Amino acid sequence: MSRIQQRFAMLREQGRKALIPFITAGDPDNEVTVPLMHTLVRNGADIIELGVPFSDPMADGPVIQRASERALDHHTSLHDVLDMVRAFRRDNDEIPVVLMGYLNPIEVMGHAAFAQAAADAGVDGVLTVDIPPEEGVELLATLREHGIDPIYLLAPTSTPERIRQLTAAASGFVYYVSLKGVTGAGNLDIQAVADKLDAIRSVTDMPVGVGFGIKDAETAQAMGKIADAVVVGSALVSQVEAHADDPDRIHATVGAIVADMRRALDQG
Amino acid sequence: MSKLTELPDERGHFGPYGGVFIAETLMEPVDELRRAYERYMQDPEFLAELDADLQHYVGRPSPIYHAERLSRELGGAQIYLKREDLNHTGAHKVNNTIGQALLAKRMGKTRIIAETGAGQHGVATATVAARLGLECVAYMGEVDAARQEANVYRMRLLGAEVRTVSSGSRTLKDALNEAMRDWVANVDDTFYIIGTVAGPHPYPAMVRDFQAVIGREAREQIQQMTGRLPDALIACVGGGSNAIGLFFPFLEDGQVAIYGVEAAGDGLETGHHAAPLCAGRPGVLHGNRTYLMEDPDGQIIETHSISAGLDYPGVGPEHAWLKDSGRASYVAITDEEALEGFHRLTRIEGIIPALESSHAVAQAMKMAPTMDREQILLVNLSGRGDKDMHTVAAREGLKL
Repeated sequence: MSRIQQRFAMLREQGRKALIPFITAGDPDNEVTVPLMHTLVRNGADIIELGVPFSDPMADGPVIQRASERALDHHTSLHDVLDMVRAFRRDNDEIPVVLMGYLNPIEVMGHAAFAQAAADAGVDGVLTVDIPPEEGVELLATLREHGIDPIYLLAPTSTPERIRQLTAAASGFVYYVSLKGVTGAGNLDIQAVADKLDAIRSVTDMPVGVGFGIKDAETAQAMGKIADAVVVGSALVSQVEAHADDPDRIHATVGAIVADMRRALDQG
Repeated sequence: MSKLTELPDERGHFGPYGGVFIAETLMEPVDELRRAYERYMQDPEFLAELDADLQHYVGRPSPIYHAERLSRELGGAQIYLKREDLNHTGAHKVNNTIGQALLAKRMGKTRIIAETGAGQHGVATATVAARLGLECVAYMGEVDAARQEANVYRMRLLGAEVRTVSSGSRTLKDALNEAMRDWVANVDDTFYIIGTVAGPHPYPAMVRDFQAVIGREAREQIQQMTGRLPDALIACVGGGSNAIGLFFPFLEDGQVAIYGVEAAGDGLETGHHAAPLCAGRPGVLHGNRTYLMEDPDGQIIETHSISAGLDYPGVGPEHAWLKDSGRASYVAITDEEALEGFHRLTRIEGIIPALESSHAVAQAMKMAPTMDREQILLVNLSGRGDKDMHTVAAREGLKL
């Protein structure tokens, strides 16, 4: 069983929902990231989603775009991100880490070399936004060979046929994009999300996470009632931005939001 | 291997290039577009409406013109210009926006979005949106909007909303990212008119098909005028839509050489250029696999060209395959050389070319003297230079 599968099995036993915070690696600088990952864990993260900076993040809203720009100002590379995961693993062997990013940096490294390096560093899952399974047969096979779970997004626009196709390709969990829009966008329609989750669960037993538009403990709690996992990104990254020159404040504010969401989810 | 004219395959591949590399939210809208495109490109009524608009609204067919004085001065091959600069709105861009806007109408979409660099595609989109009564939003990088103020104003006059983009390098690629984000959020009522042969399938094939009218006309016209096919075709390549439009109907004519001209900016050796085919390498951006300008980490880098319309770090995937397969050659022309072409054509033929098209003119000026007087070069004069007055004047230290 992969770390991701173990985590979900454990949560299911405890009747709890997974909290998956997202931060962008290298934002605002490379030194902050690993300690911040530990802060996320201390405050209740079940899985960490680590954003790999990219110059043209088409699926992201302004908050996460700017995080990528801050990281790229000092050239945080995919190699650096893997080093961060390796450093995190020295002190934490339990919490799964999922890399989220875009294809081109992986293309440059080479699919096989990337999968090998990611597995060696202790990466558990890879979510590549812009490679659907039909284009990614080779990458998918390579990731699986190295024991890495390929994570896929499902969207409100996904047809039943695509849901079947994507859930067949994915392992670990699937990530439902709760709205038509980019990361950090506006209002969630909880009922519409619930309906789509039913449709997804009718074809897969895999845990389903929900993200894009989870702003606070209240929306996290509402989503936790219908999903197996809640992903929160922009709400945290905007705190990193607000306190970019003060690492202590980053830890305090990001940690507080995660702790808040943890409490809300566990009460939910 | 399938013939070049039978590409792309059903999932949009030109050899290893092209394809559909997008986030899941856009998969269904892109597939909906593919279905509509495949259906209407077979629909006689749609094609008749498109033809009528190209004739009466755009002013097609555009003529070809024998640049006799220029050819004589150069002392070699005869240069013929395909006059896309005479189209309504002043460039080839409108061939595509008319086609996509008619498709949007058929699909019941009421809102049009577009990305624009120099503003030419934005103007061509705003123009057809005005005519069809569709809401129009054009995304334009902050840097581009500042250097192309007149086109920003033109778009607004035509009723479009211009949204400037301040992320990334604040140029064309960032405008494209932002338009994609808009599309993701508004897929139900919105049609995204991409201005070049980039983006996910079906865009590269669809935009080519709308632009191929250039080559179909030119192939007939040159034979009527000269009794034979040209020895070589020349067109500038940014994303590459005017070039593929000219090239495509000639792909099976093996005796016709094909030259795509990229922007060498300050020179390929300086790194300040926009020539992914000449000096980049394959990668994935904006929905397709193609040649890109990128750093060693796979981040897309800023490009440079005097011509905003060529200032793009990628290139249409069909060009990538034409390069690898050897059917077309890709070369690069510097800012200086393009300016020389601009002035020479203006002074000798009384035709002011767009700075983009000036790259193709400059390449013809290089090649013609090495060829015989009986040989023929067919150059796509993709747009007129009115929009570039400020840029050219500024190079000479003048402010208009």
